[in-house]
Amino acid sequence: MKLKWEDDGTFKSPLSRARGLGSAGGAVTHWWHQRLTSVANLLLMLWLVCAAAQMPGWSYDVVAGWLAQPINAVLMLLSVISVFYHAALGCQVIAEDYIHHEGLKIFKLGGIRLFFLATGVTCVFSILKIAFTG
Amino acid sequence: MSEPAQTQKAAGPKPRPLSPHLQVYKPQLTSVMSITHRATGYALSIGLVMLTWMLLALASGPAAYETFLSFAGSGVGQLLLFGWSLALFYHLCNGVRHLLWDMGYLFKIEKAYKAGYIVLLFTVILTAYFWWSVSV
Repeated sequence: MKLKWEDDGTFKSPLSRARGLGSAGGAVTHWWHQRLTSVANLLLMLWLVCAAAQMPGWSYDVVAGWLAQPINAVLMLLSVISVFYHAALGCQVIAEDYIHHEGLKIFKLGGIRLFFLATGVTCVFSILKIAFTG
Repeated sequence: MSEPAQTQKAAGPKPRPLSPHLQVYKPQLTSVMSITHRATGYALSIGLVMLTWMLLALASGPAAYETFLSFAGSGVGQLLLFGWSLALFYHLCNGVRHLLWDMGYLFKIEKAYKAGYIVLLFTVILTAYFWWSVSV
């Protein structure tokens, strides 16, 4: 019997053969999302670093005024979503690689998801509040 | 050839041979940069707490933001921010190296090394340029 990832003679691309692998069938999706968010992070972090380098000062009025600008608020929202998702995926891989106790691993994986969801939502709400009221 | 197993005491089974692990390998640029990519990614994930604090403080008002600023401007805060900036630029540059590998480039050992040195160079340049231009 051919295994799922072996060439079965049909005209399947390597990607379509790999789709659905992993114990929960989500390994390729995880891998692909990590790459997708890495490219997004690359562009967004270059923007954020340039913005931080050009910030005239770090007083409340300057920073809140900067974040209240629609273009900055939108790019910051995209940054938070992409970066937090990328971080959750990366921490998941680290936990899967180094934690060998199954119960502890499940506990840690759940904790990682909840942690980045909670902090990410906090950031999204904060940006929106400044953008709409600042 | 003498069997070492025969010289062992009969009591207890002979421990099974273990496959070579990290400690038998000489650290190389490629392996050290690989684990550093993970370490910096993990450190940056923890750094997101600082970003969350900053944004929440901004949304909460000037008083909360002042508390954040006093920590960020302290010795510990500046040291943490410098470390995170170094980690960010390393992870960003080495991430590009990883993406190039994913696209099938840089697999020749000398190219992997060359790209590694370029990553280290750019990490230093970007970190230095950032702290030179940012107003603290």
